[in-house]
Amino acid sequence: MKELWHRARESLIGLGAEVRFLLRLIVLVPGALLRFDLIMAQIWNAGALSLVIIMLSGLFVGMVLGLQGFQILQRFGSEEALGTAAAIGLVKELGPVITALLFAGRAGTALASELGLMRATDQLSAMEMMAVDPIKRVVMPRFLGGVIAMPLLAAIFSVIGLYGAQLIGVQIMGVDSGSFWSQMRAGVGLADINEGIAKSLVFGVACSLIAVYEGYYATPTAAGVGQATTRTVVTSAVVILFLDYLLTAAFL
Amino acid sequence: MSIPRGGVTAVMGPSGTGKTTLLRLITGQVRADSGAIEVAGQNLRTLRRAELYALRRRMGMLFQNGALLTDLTVFENVAYPIREHTDLPERLVRQLVLTKLQAVGLRGAAYLMPSELSGGMSRRVALARAIVMDPEILIYDEPFVGLDPISMGVILRLIRRLNDTLGLTSIVVSHDVEEISTVADNVFLLSGGKVVAKGTPQELRSYPSEIVRQFVGGLADGPVPFHYPAPDYFSELLATGEDS
Repeated sequence: MKELWHRARESLIGLGAEVRFLLRLIVLVPGALLRFDLIMAQIWNAGALSLVIIMLSGLFVGMVLGLQGFQILQRFGSEEALGTAAAIGLVKELGPVITALLFAGRAGTALASELGLMRATDQLSAMEMMAVDPIKRVVMPRFLGGVIAMPLLAAIFSVIGLYGAQLIGVQIMGVDSGSFWSQMRAGVGLADINEGIAKSLVFGVACSLIAVYEGYYATPTAAGVGQATTRTVVTSAVVILFLDYLLTAAFL
Repeated sequence: MSIPRGGVTAVMGPSGTGKTTLLRLITGQVRADSGAIEVAGQNLRTLRRAELYALRRRMGMLFQNGALLTDLTVFENVAYPIREHTDLPERLVRQLVLTKLQAVGLRGAAYLMPSELSGGMSRRVALARAIVMDPEILIYDEPFVGLDPISMGVILRLIRRLNDTLGLTSIVVSHDVEEISTVADNVFLLSGGKVVAKGTPQELRSYPSEIVRQFVGGLADGPVPFHYPAPDYFSELLATGEDS
């Protein structure tokens, strides 16, 4: 019981520190936007390099949606609704959530271990000694790069996923192509897309923050960096799913 | 303790006596809980962040392993402080970087990556980076650790030469007694977080103190005991092990 209380306290303190770190980053956003070349490099790092895994996963998730959706809808004789069902599922839920989970695994771990190793090899201290603020120069571009890359990746995921659903539903299962697309266009509103964008933005902030925070404050040893990477994935996954519930409830 | 302007000052002492902490205090990486540290007339404890950064632009520091930025070439590493702090034209940046690399003898390695350098070379590149903004104070954190005798000789000579030609104030933390004695003007010997001796290297050799004799002579036992504090040897050996 005492242990549990202690743990809860610890994680609350950790959360507080993380929020303070976030506030410190937010204050620095305007200044960081002046060095957009640095952010671009990080969008490339976090975004472009995650494209393959995002696109592949999107395709398979869409194909599964096509199969499952078709099976269920067929029971009610409404296969034509497959387009709507797949699009709403992808844009509102699967797109943002799975993209964020993959992002945490692919880009988040890379960020955390990179920053952790920079800390361990004194590179961050060396920057401070050169009167260069590592938060501004190293952490900020990585954080913003992640925040910008996430909605883009989620959008790509949804589009590819929709193509996958269409591939199975229309090309293989024989749903009428015209009704697949027209029902989708009629059934998916701007509000749905906004919800998806809002979610992926929030997940982008959460994932990037957790990664840079864990990396920046990693214990400067081999074990410490490993721990920071693990914590990045675990914390990100839990936080994403928790935030997803909150956001879904808020958008109802 | 006060470190005179314009000389090479060595700070020595057994491991764990606070040498690195002292450097971190001087450079403002950690703040003192009590007492005062003044660098170039400014008290570090009351300095604000911007003022501290302004002061740091007048200092250079060489970290133990060089701490080069691993994603940049040697050239870009040395150019880094210039690019961050000034808007100099590319031609001038190039000349500055090449002259500093020439000073440490590594102009030919300008386009290598840090991972391709040996330990001694990394440290020389880091030295070039530390002097590229023409600092007034240059701080070396254990610059000889893990170097072969040739690299060590090179770094030693560089410390002296850079200090004299650039008119620097150098602070060297080290425990290589012999080596540092050949270049240092003054030596502070720390032990247990206190200054136990100060003077020129020659004065230190005949210093009337146990700890200084142990350190300078490299004796295994003395005021700094060979044994880590432990319970009595025999009783621990004879104990069954269950009750310990």
